[in-house]
Parts: sequence; structure tokens; C-alpha cells
Amino acid sequence: MKKTSNVAELEAIAKQVRRDIVTMITAAKSGHPGGSLSAVEILVTLYFDKFQHDPSNPDWAHRDHFILSKGHAAPVLYSVLAECGYTPKDQLNHLRRLGSLYQGHPDVRFIPMLDASTGSLGQGLSFALGMGAAAKLDGRSSRIYCVLGDGEIQEGQIWEAAMFGAFHNVTNVVPIVDYNRIQLDGFVKDILDIEPLAAKWESFGYYPLEVDGHDIAALQAAFDDAAARTDKPTCIIAHTVKGKGVSFMEDNPKYHGSAPTAEELEKALAELA
Amino acid sequence: MPLSTTYELKAGMATREAFGRTLAELGKTNPHVVVCDADLSKSTMTHFFAQAFPERFFSCGIAEANMVGIAAGLAAAGKIPFASSFSAFVVNKGFEQLRTVVAYPGLNVKVVGTHSGISIGEDGPSQMSIEDIALACSLPGFAVLSPADELSMAACIRLAADTVGPFFIRAGRPKAKIIYDSADGFAVGGSRELLAGADLTLMAHGLMVAECILAAQTLDAEGVSARVVDMYSIKPLDRDAVVRAARETGAIVVAEEHLADGGLGVRVSQVVAQESPCPMEFVGLSGYAESGTPDELLDKYGMRASNVLAAARKVLARKS
Repeated sequence: MKKTSNVAELEAIAKQVRRDIVTMITAAKSGHPGGSLSAVEILVTLYFDKFQHDPSNPDWAHRDHFILSKGHAAPVLYSVLAECGYTPKDQLNHLRRLGSLYQGHPDVRFIPMLDASTGSLGQGLSFALGMGAAAKLDGRSSRIYCVLGDGEIQEGQIWEAAMFGAFHNVTNVVPIVDYNRIQLDGFVKDILDIEPLAAKWESFGYYPLEVDGHDIAALQAAFDDAAARTDKPTCIIAHTVKGKGVSFMEDNPKYHGSAPTAEELEKALAELA
Repeated sequence: MPLSTTYELKAGMATREAFGRTLAELGKTNPHVVVCDADLSKSTMTHFFAQAFPERFFSCGIAEANMVGIAAGLAAAGKIPFASSFSAFVVNKGFEQLRTVVAYPGLNVKVVGTHSGISIGEDGPSQMSIEDIALACSLPGFAVLSPADELSMAACIRLAADTVGPFFIRAGRPKAKIIYDSADGFAVGGSRELLAGADLTLMAHGLMVAECILAAQTLDAEGVSARVVDMYSIKPLDRDAVVRAARETGAIVVAEEHLADGGLGVRVSQVVAQESPCPMEFVGLSGYAESGTPDELLDKYGMRASNVLAAARKVLARKS
């Protein structure tokens, strides 16, 4: 894989990842396109720029780690892993099939470098903090990034974890909230509002950084800022658009968890050309 | 016929204390051992480890679900985490995390639940863990151990540290009667025949092991030869010991300070039904208890040698 800090190059990768996402979910006939599309720039900026890793050596002790706590966004992760060369790209369309590497939710039994099996919401940050605490004990430079859903942080365990992360000053773990404002049943503000979000993280002992989650340059700066801070951990609140990049999916709760039809895929790919 | 071995059954250390002291010893020799606790370290006795190795001790506060997740992450990064709290809290509040984040990937997390059963006493049923064995055994890949005294607990803690994979180990609050004079001879999937016998077998884990020995002593005086087996490894189960008990003695009583539904008794029954059906009786709990002294509760809720004896007589009557 080729790492780059060039925003235009990262944007081109992001577009390809979006094409992969809609294509594989259409092939699977089920899955979660909206929350996969909203997190594309976050994952692309990490894996292709800020992440310390070597896809030819996933066992490297000092590599960074990524925990997709909102495991239902697996398609974005699978596409990025395949683009990096960790997993076969030609099997992406086997998503959700029996025996496929690309299980419905990320599964370490199928892809060991994932570190965690996720999908049951609320659990990824605790796991990430355990990994971060171990890296600190060992004196390893590994950083651990953990993407949380906005609806997901309604789970109490996230706030147990936030208290732990701040109290033990686990600054090598960066939670990133993919704040796309929509969860399964509708808009987050109508289901169980999570506002004031930045104030919540701040009161739990984190340094909250609000960014446009589709602005790669802003994400790069946020990751650098988080890495430089040692007095307290940082939480990146990424303001995103659910279904970003496909006009009829954008901001539409319907596409939290339903696959595009063949006609919709054609339309989506035309927009992502 | 004289009993094959004499047991004085003197009061020893609580198994939770044996856990805490062993953990602190392990810390000296195994740098990978780390400990998570949820504001009960003075009760679970992980404070011995915390004092000796503060940098390897993670205070999680009263947040058991997060503690299990932290332990899983530590294990994924190569540590050997022991996560401890009252059994009622770490197993029940952490169960979904134990399932999804520990059991499913098979991570090397060691969960030690203390204050198990009803013998915690005055604190009452909200603190009593009577379902923990059932829940832990339901998790694929977990080893589930329930040692009876201090040396067997020490052995089980060392086994857990040395064996890759998830463990649940059950400890109790009160002083445990001393059964063993050595920490040797324990294995994951093992059992210990404490008394030889031919007429029936009494199987137990935890504090009911001593009660079975007492019951066997009474039976012996009546001319009945009872085998007593400490089934400290509930999962994996020593199937051979169960089959031998069924074939050689033809009657089995299983006694445990846990719900009769879902505990050791159910697991032993499964093997007996498959391999060598014979009459069985069960001494266990049927529901939630109440506040009281440990002794009062063990009397009232049928966790005594006299209850084992009654079950033994019943099973012997069914056998003949």
C-alpha cells in the first residue's frame, strides 16, 4: 500500500471506498450503508495517512490499532483493509456470506488483525483502553483509535470507559464519535438525545475536538492534535452526514440498515464516478 | 471398614484470601500478570497485588462491564489479566461482555468471582451469586473452576495463569475447611477422589466438599462406603471420574452451593445419561436466600452434611 498525506489522493481513495461499500452491500442484499458511508474519511485518513502500520506485518508490536466499536459499519472497514492489502479485495462482494472473511460484523476469528470482534454496541472503547493501557505498560508507541456511533454512546458502558480513560490518562487511545445524527429508529435527537456532546466528553475528563468528519485536512489536524496532547485524552467528535456521497441516502434514516436495490446501486455508482 | 483417609477439616483461609495471596506471589514471577478490580479489592483480596505492583493494578471503579472490556483489551495486547469482583457483580453485570468480547474471540482473561453462594451471609441476596456457575459454563471455551480450600485455590489460580484461554474461578467469603496438604495434583479438567468408596459417590465443589466428607464419615459408621470426589473443575469436567463413579458405585449425589438448575449436577447428569445411567440426587439451592449469618443460612437453605446424608439415603434406596 502507498501511504499519503495528500488530501486529493486521500479523497480519491475515499471515493473508491464508497463505491466498494455500496457495491458489497448491494451484493449482500443486507447491511448498513448509511453509517459506513459517514465514516469513510475517518478511516481513510487513519489507515492511509496517520496510522503506524505495515500490512505485510500485522503482528508488528508497535503498530497502531483500530477498533470499530460501531461494528455494523463493517463494510467501510473491510473496504479499507482490502485497499491496504490486509485482505483480498476480490472477495469484498462475499460480504455476509457463509464462510466469508467479511462477516456481518467484524470478527477476529476470520480477520485476526482486527483485534476485537465488535457488533454488540458499547463495548469497543473499553477494549481499546485495555489495549492502550497494555501499550503504556510495555512502553510501546502504539496508538489505538476507536470509532463510536452516535447512537452507540447511549450505552452506559461507553461512559464507564470514558471515566476510566480520563482517570488513568490513557492518552494513546482516541475515541472518535461518528456523529451522523441518525440511528436505526430515526434521528438521535428524537430517540435519546446525546447533546450537549462536547460538554459531556469534557466533563468526563476528555479534551473534545469537533471537526467536519468529511474534511480530510481537518481530520489530519485533529489526529495530530490528539497525538500531541499528554495532559488528558482527546475525543474527536466528527460531524458527519449519514449516507454521505450518495444523494438519496444522505440524511435518510431508511439507509441506516437497508441495502440498495440494483437500480439504486447504479444511481449511486454514477454519483460516485 | 475404616475410611481411606482421615480429614480433620480445620478452618483455614478463605478461598478469596488464598486467591489474593497467590496473585501477589504470581506477580513476582510473571510480569505479564495484571489485575483489574471494581472497588472491592479489600474484599476480593486483590489489594495484596495492588500494594506490591501498583503499575499493574487497574482500579476500574464500580463499573464491571467496563472492567471486563479493559481486561479483554489487556489480554489482546499480551497481558494475563485477572479481573475480580464479587461473583454476583462481575458475572451478572459483565455477562454480555464476557460473551462477546472474551468468550467469542477466546481471549486470555481470568475472571475471579468472590463471595459466591449464600455463605456471604448478612449482605443478603443482592450480593449472593447462585447462578454464576450456570452462566460461566454457558460460555464456550471458558474453563470453570470452583476450589474447596486454600491450597486448591492457589493451585487453580496458578493453573489459570499458566493456561491460555478464558477462565472463571469461584471463591468464597468465609474461612474454608482445610482439605489438602499440598497444592500439587490439580489440573484443568481434573478431579480429586478424597475418599474411596463402593456403595455410592458424593460429588461436590467449593464448601460442599467438606460437607460431603462429613456425610461420608457418618455413612461409614453405618456401614455404607461412600466415595467422595472434589469436582473442582466444573468445566471441562472429568468425565472419566463421573463414568467410574456411575459404573463402580451405581449411585451419585451432587452437592453444591449454587442453584441445582444449571450447576455441576446438571453437567454430571449429562455424562451419566450418556455413558452409564444410574440413580442421582442433588443438593443445591432452589431460589434466592436472605440475610443471616453464614451458618444460619447454610442450615436453613440445606447446605449441610445432613442434607447430603438425606440425599445419599434417598439415592441408595433408589439404587436397591
